[in-house]
Amino acid sequence: MTHLDDSTALTSGAVHGEGLDARLVVDHGPFRLDIALTAAPGDVVALLGPNGAGKTTALRALAGLAPLTAGHLRLDGTELGRTPPESRPVGVVFQDYLLFPHLTALDNVAFGPRCHGATKAEARAQAAAWLDRMGLADHAGAKPRRLSGGQGQRVALARALATHPRLLLLDEPLAALDARTRLEVRAQLRRHLADFEAVAVLVTHDPLDAMVLADRLVVVEHGRIVQEGTPADIARRPRTDYVAQLVGLNLYKGRATGHTVHLDAGPAITTTEDLTGPVFVAFPPGAVTLFRDRPTGASARNLWRCEVTGLETHGDQIRAALTGELPLTADLTTVAAAELDLHPGAPVWATVKAAQTHAYPA
Amino acid sequence: MTRPRRRALRAAGAGAAALLALSACSSSSDSDSTAAGSDASDRLSGEVTVFAAASLKESFTTLGKEFEKQHPGTKVTFSFGGSDSLAASITGGAAPADVFAAASPKTMAIVTDAGDASGTPTTFVRNQLEIATLPGNPDRISSLKDLTKSGLKVVLCDESVPCGAAAQKALGATRLKLTPVSYEQDVKSALTKVELKEADAALVYKTDVKAAGDKVEGVDFPESADALNDYPIALLRDAPNAEAAKAFIDLVKSAEGQKVLTGAGFLAP
Amino acid sequence: MTETLKGGPRRGRLRKGTRGVPLPLLVPALAGLAFLVLPLIALLVRTPWRTLPDQLTSPEVWEALRLSLFCATAATALSLVIGVPLAWLLARTDFPGRRLVRALVTLPLVLPPVVGGVALLLALGRNGVVGQWLDSWFGITLPFTTAGVVLAETFVAMPFLVISVEGTLRAADPRYEEAATTLGASRFTAFRRVTLPLIAQGIAAGAVLAWARALGEFGATITFAGNFPGRTQTMPLAVYLALQNDPAAAIALSLVLLAVSIAVLVGLRDRWMTAS
Repeated sequence: MTHLDDSTALTSGAVHGEGLDARLVVDHGPFRLDIALTAAPGDVVALLGPNGAGKTTALRALAGLAPLTAGHLRLDGTELGRTPPESRPVGVVFQDYLLFPHLTALDNVAFGPRCHGATKAEARAQAAAWLDRMGLADHAGAKPRRLSGGQGQRVALARALATHPRLLLLDEPLAALDARTRLEVRAQLRRHLADFEAVAVLVTHDPLDAMVLADRLVVVEHGRIVQEGTPADIARRPRTDYVAQLVGLNLYKGRATGHTVHLDAGPAITTTEDLTGPVFVAFPPGAVTLFRDRPTGASARNLWRCEVTGLETHGDQIRAALTGELPLTADLTTVAAAELDLHPGAPVWATVKAAQTHAYPA
Repeated sequence: MTRPRRRALRAAGAGAAALLALSACSSSSDSDSTAAGSDASDRLSGEVTVFAAASLKESFTTLGKEFEKQHPGTKVTFSFGGSDSLAASITGGAAPADVFAAASPKTMAIVTDAGDASGTPTTFVRNQLEIATLPGNPDRISSLKDLTKSGLKVVLCDESVPCGAAAQKALGATRLKLTPVSYEQDVKSALTKVELKEADAALVYKTDVKAAGDKVEGVDFPESADALNDYPIALLRDAPNAEAAKAFIDLVKSAEGQKVLTGAGFLAP
Repeated sequence: MTETLKGGPRRGRLRKGTRGVPLPLLVPALAGLAFLVLPLIALLVRTPWRTLPDQLTSPEVWEALRLSLFCATAATALSLVIGVPLAWLLARTDFPGRRLVRALVTLPLVLPPVVGGVALLLALGRNGVVGQWLDSWFGITLPFTTAGVVLAETFVAMPFLVISVEGTLRAADPRYEEAATTLGASRFTAFRRVTLPLIAQGIAAGAVLAWARALGEFGATITFAGNFPGRTQTMPLAVYLALQNDPAAAIALSLVLLAVSIAVLVGLRDRWMTAS
């Protein structure tokens, strides 16, 4: 048993039992979460997934707030699966921070050290140091309701870090913020996480947050891990429609024979990669070119007859959703959209250059 | 829809038959006793409302049934309670009552002083105090003096209610210093404390001891003769059914009524 | 009548407050207020003001008042000590039969207080289910004692506290407790340092309700603890017995009870209920 566990820990990257090694199985009515998570100290792992995928359940299981149905949870070699939350070296930054409204920012941060046996004076001194680090020394005496969203987030982070956790959990750390503060807080949070020497796991449904903050992404759907890897890898090679949508790629599954991939969706597509067997093919919407009439002179490869089903602005571009031979999304400039007289129901021809597609084994 | 109605009709029919049967036998028994009474009974009808002291509950309920039997078509409705509250509701004019039977002349005086009684009240029974002890009298209480034994938990009625006033009168005659654990709000509460064995003894009415059956044991004491409580009864001035009310008072005072009352532990006046 | 209701208050100081209050709400609201206040006004109107000073200088009155205040406060304290944890249990944990327990807690609200008193006698009396052991093992008898008064008042008043606190707890976010435990607080520490301060207002409101109910308690008290001046005769008992032969004195006593309770309630309200 021990041998087996040690070997899995080694292969999954945690060195000499340091860091996190967990298999979380939580039954919640008909829903079952079953995921394996490993991370070395210093890693920042993002759990990414749609609502209801089980991300928050996973976080609660790690914190000890939801009991494990089965599996294990080892942190720096210590089994914590049955340990109550107050005895786990785990810090949590909750989605809406849950700062104690009756305590000042300072006392919120001092709460943890107090519970860990520090005297009131010691705890306050530590808390003051943490707030100082977060640039909040001036707000030590403020009650949470007087803090801005960004300040509240930093107090919550300071409160979680003040207990020196070996595992830091962040639940949608930026979701409660408006767009502008979000940008700023994201950058700050990235710095603080980079400084953090133990394992950090954050849960988010925002791919940008995940990619900016995490070293590794774990994509969870329906209680299972569907894909994991570095942000760059995930962004380049999505393996589910959800991930493809998140990273903004058209994704198709098919069977490759050399440079031709016969898509499950219907037509074939020509790619630069030379592969055989089941593959994914992905290309960005910007790689799609639309024509009102069948382009003359263009090769018949990667050319599909489609129909516009929807249009929306996407940054300074127009994103068109198409059905037809191949359902896809295409980005084009506003000018191009006007010239093509695009409107729902309009017939168009879509092409993609083989060089802009990317095929990889499924 | 039709079935319940038919059943109701049948029930009503049965009730009517029972009434007929009742009136048949009662009128025959009436004519045996007093001819005049039977004449009167034919004219009596409607509801008689009687306000009576709580201690009269058992005996008056019996008498009420007897009255309804003797005078078919009448209905006797009782309101039993503390004499004081009954007197208060009569003088307050809120309660349309025909007869008031009080547990003390003092409470009756509240009604007569207010001019709410018709004629002079008459004493129909008297009640005597008795010591109620636990079943078997484990503390061997045989006199008022025994109640002053230390460690004995005795409850008395509060002086403001008739049984308490009577108890003070009886104790006053003996010059005994008796400190109870509680001055209870009424005689039933005092008795309940002994019934539940929370108190070792209580000074209550003989009628209450009798009504409690074997849950308490009564001990007579001579001083109780000095504190007899008269129960006056009176027809009320605004009686809605004076005729029937008078007949009810007559029944209470009759030999038959007295038999029921003395059976419950009351003394004849 | 309708004229004054419609015209009077609107033109007067109430104008700002009643603007936008629909008539179908305003009329019953005022009727409700009148219904509650009228008996109190009647009490004031019929108070024998001339003999009042004599009535109030009797030591028995002050003894009963002192006892009432002491017992109501002690009953409230006892309710807090055992009622708040009970409310927490009902609001925060799930155990089989929780609904039944919840119904049982509210039972004293529907039970006639006198019946409650009898039930207490059967449970804690000298011959009661538990009381006989208290008596034979520790020599403790509760009926006819001041402690008995406190127990009887607690029995009747505590449900008000439990219901009020449970409601506040249910409305309060339980995740604060979770947050506290992730910071290393035991569940009890989380309750003491986080939950209690968060629901302080609800507790205060419940305590005030319980105190008021305990102060006016009559039936359970006289049944369980009896009536002895200085020991178990609280103001409501004194009022009731005075009513038997001296209604004027009863009114005077009621007035004292009323004045003291209003003073206390208004004082507490300003301090607790309007905070934040």
